[in-house]
Amino acid sequence: MDFTFSQDQLMFQEALTTLLASEAPADRIRARWQSDSGLDAALEQQLVELGLAGMLVPEALGGLGLDATDFIKLAETCGQFALPEPAVEQALVAAPLLADICTASGAERAESVLGELIGGGCRVAVGHILNPYINFAANADYFLLGHGGDVHLLPAAQVTLSAVKSVDPSRRLAAVSWQPSKATLLADGELGAACWRAALNRGALGNAAQLIGLADAMVKQAVAYAADRQQFGKPIGVNQAVKHLLADCAVQIEFARPPVYRAAYTVAQAATRADWAVSHAKVVAGEAAQLAARNCIQVFGAMGYTWECDLQIWAKRSWVLDREWGDPGFHKNRVHEWLVQPNALIGPEYTFGRGDQPHAH
Amino acid sequence: MELIYTAKQNQFRAEVRDWMNANVPAKPLQNYDTQVGFEQHIAWEKTLAAGNWGMVTWPKEYGGRDCSLVEWLIFEEEYYRAGGPFRVNQNGVFLLGPTLMEYGTPAQKARFLTKMAAGEEMWAQAWSEPGAGSDMAAIRCKAEPDGDDFIISGQKIWSTRAVYADYAFGLFRTDAASERHHGLSFILVPLDSPGVTVRPIAQLDGEAGFAEIFFDDVRVSRDHLIGAEGEGWKIAMATAGFERGLMLRSPARFQNTSKRLVELYRRHRHDLLDASLEDAVVRCYMDTESYALSTYQTASRLDAGGSIGPESSCNKIFWSLLDIRMHQTAMNILGARAEVEPRSEAEHSELGRWLDGFLFSQSGPIYAGSNEIQRNIIAERMLGMPRR
Repeated sequence: MDFTFSQDQLMFQEALTTLLASEAPADRIRARWQSDSGLDAALEQQLVELGLAGMLVPEALGGLGLDATDFIKLAETCGQFALPEPAVEQALVAAPLLADICTASGAERAESVLGELIGGGCRVAVGHILNPYINFAANADYFLLGHGGDVHLLPAAQVTLSAVKSVDPSRRLAAVSWQPSKATLLADGELGAACWRAALNRGALGNAAQLIGLADAMVKQAVAYAADRQQFGKPIGVNQAVKHLLADCAVQIEFARPPVYRAAYTVAQAATRADWAVSHAKVVAGEAAQLAARNCIQVFGAMGYTWECDLQIWAKRSWVLDREWGDPGFHKNRVHEWLVQPNALIGPEYTFGRGDQPHAH
Repeated sequence: MELIYTAKQNQFRAEVRDWMNANVPAKPLQNYDTQVGFEQHIAWEKTLAAGNWGMVTWPKEYGGRDCSLVEWLIFEEEYYRAGGPFRVNQNGVFLLGPTLMEYGTPAQKARFLTKMAAGEEMWAQAWSEPGAGSDMAAIRCKAEPDGDDFIISGQKIWSTRAVYADYAFGLFRTDAASERHHGLSFILVPLDSPGVTVRPIAQLDGEAGFAEIFFDDVRVSRDHLIGAEGEGWKIAMATAGFERGLMLRSPARFQNTSKRLVELYRRHRHDLLDASLEDAVVRCYMDTESYALSTYQTASRLDAGGSIGPESSCNKIFWSLLDIRMHQTAMNILGARAEVEPRSEAEHSELGRWLDGFLFSQSGPIYAGSNEIQRNIIAERMLGMPRR
C-alpha cells in the first residue's frame, strides 16, 4: 500500500508547471479568444516535445508506455492553468483509444494516425455519445466517432461541422454530422463497446483532475484578492465570513483529490473495474470546483461578475467540464446502481475492494 | 503508487479478523457514559490489551505492536467490521499516548503508556475552562510550582470521560504572571487526589459524558509534568493535531455507519417519497470513501517520513459534517419512527442506533476545536489569509 507519487511523477508535473507558467498566462489565453483557431500551435508543439501526446501509448507503438497514474498530476496541472488546448483529451482519451484498437486488432489505419498524433503531426477529436459537441472540432485532422458501439475513424474532410458557441470563450464547440461506412469502421462488437466504455472513464477522469486544478487555482486567486482588496480600512480577507467561504473550498478540494488519484490508479491497473472509482472522482471533483467557482466569484465581489476579471477563465471551465464526459447525474447514478446491488462490497474492510488486486469491488 | 495490500498486510488483516471474530462481545455494550456501560467497556479494553491489540502502532515495550499507520488503518477496519465497541479510553490511547511518546521521559512512558495500553487507567481530558473554550490561551487554572510539586487551583469544564476516569491531562498556568499561550504547562492529574471535585454534566442524551473538575489546592508531583515547564502550549498543539488530524476518528467508524445507511436505504428505497434521499445516500457513501482514501494518503505519507500539516484541520470539518449528514439521512428514511427509542430486539434491528448516533453527531462540529476555529486555521495557516 503506497499512496504517494514518485519523484519522477512529481518532476514531470514540475516541468509542465514551468512550461505553462511561462507559456499560458491569462493574457495569452484571452488572446486566443480573438484568434481563428483558438489554439496556440507553438505551445501544442512544446507539449508534444514534453512527451504528453504519447505518454500513455505502449512503447511498442512508439509511446512512453506510462499510465494514468503517471499522467493524473499533469491533467491537474492543465486545470491549474485552465489550459484551453485539449492536451488532456488527446493524451488520455484519443491516443489510448487508438492504441487499444491497434493492440487488439492491429488496425493499420489506427496505427498510422496514432503515430502522427504522438509526433504532433495531427489532432484527433473524439466524439462520445454522452457529449453532444466536440471541442476544437474545426482544428481536428481526424475524428473518432461512435455509431452504436462501433468506433469509426474519419478524416476531417468526411465530416460536416456545425459550430456552436460555448459559455467558455476558450472552447470552440461544434456538432458533427457524418455517415458511417465499412471504410470508416475501426472497431465493432465487443472491442468497440469496450473502447467506448474505457474512453468514457478516461475522459471523465481527465475532467475530474482538471476540475481539481481549476478549483485550487481559483481559491489561490481569491486568497490573493482578499489580501489585496481593502474595505473598512483593512483587507477583506481578515473577515471570517470571507475566510470561511474559502476554507470550505479548501476542505472540498482536500477530500476530492484522493478519489481522483485512486481513480487514476484503477483506470491504469484494472480499467474494466474502474466505473465506480471514476464516477466517485468525477462527482466530488466537480462539486469542489462548483463550490470554488461560486465562492471565489463571491470573494471578488462585483469584480467577479466582470468580463475583465480573469477568474472567469477558470470558473467557466469548471462549469463546463463538470457536465462533460457524464454530468453529475450520470455519475451519481452509476454509483447508485452499484450501491443497491446486494452483493456490492461495501464497508470498512473494502476501501480498496478485496485488496488483493486493484479495486476488485 | 500501489493501492493494493502487501502479503504481510493481508496476513495482518486475517490475524486481526480472526481475533476480533473470536473476542468481540456478541451483544452491544451499554453506553460507556453510564456506570454499567463504563465497566463493560473497561473489561473490553482489558480483553483487547490481553490480545496486545490496545494500540497497535505503539512500541512493543509499551504494549503495542510497532505497526505502521497503514496497518493501524487495517486494524481499525477490521475492528469496526466486527462491530467492536467504541474505545472508552480514546482520550488516552489516541490523544495523550502520541503526546507522551513524543514528549514524555522514559520513566513517564514506562509508567503511563503501559497502564494505558493495558486498559488499567482511564483518561479524561481537561482543556476547556468556563472562560477558555475556543480561546484556549485564556486558560486561568493555576498550577503553582512548590518544591517538587505543583499546587493546582481553579476549574476545568467539558472534560470528556472525567466522571469515571482515573486521570486527567491538560494545560495549567504554571507562571502566574504569564499571559496567553506563554507560561502554560502540560500536566497529568490523578483524579483521586485530595481537593479534586468532579461534577458530572448531563449531555444531550441525558448521560454524564463530560464533567466540570474543580481543583482546590490539589498537590501534584512534578513527575507528572510533560515536557518542560512553560512548554505546554506547544505540546498541546501537537495533541490537538493528532485529534483533528488522524487518530481520533479513523475512517472505519464512518464507513461502518455508511454501510448501515446503505443497508437501511436498500430496505426502504421503494417506499421513500423524498427523491433527494437517493442523492443523499450516494453522497454520504462517496464522502466516507473520500475520507478513507484521504486518510490512507496521509498515513502513507507519514509512513514514508512525512509530517502532518495545517491541512489536518480539514479532516475534522469533513468528518463531523459527514457524520451529521449520515444520521440525518437515516432519520429521514425512518421518518416519524426515527424519534423513538427501540424497546425490543426487533425494534432495535429496525431502528438501529440511529437516534443515539444522531444525538452524538451534533457534538462533532463543536468538540476538538469548533469547526469555525478550524476554518480560521485553514484560512490563515493553510491558505495564508491575513489574521488582522
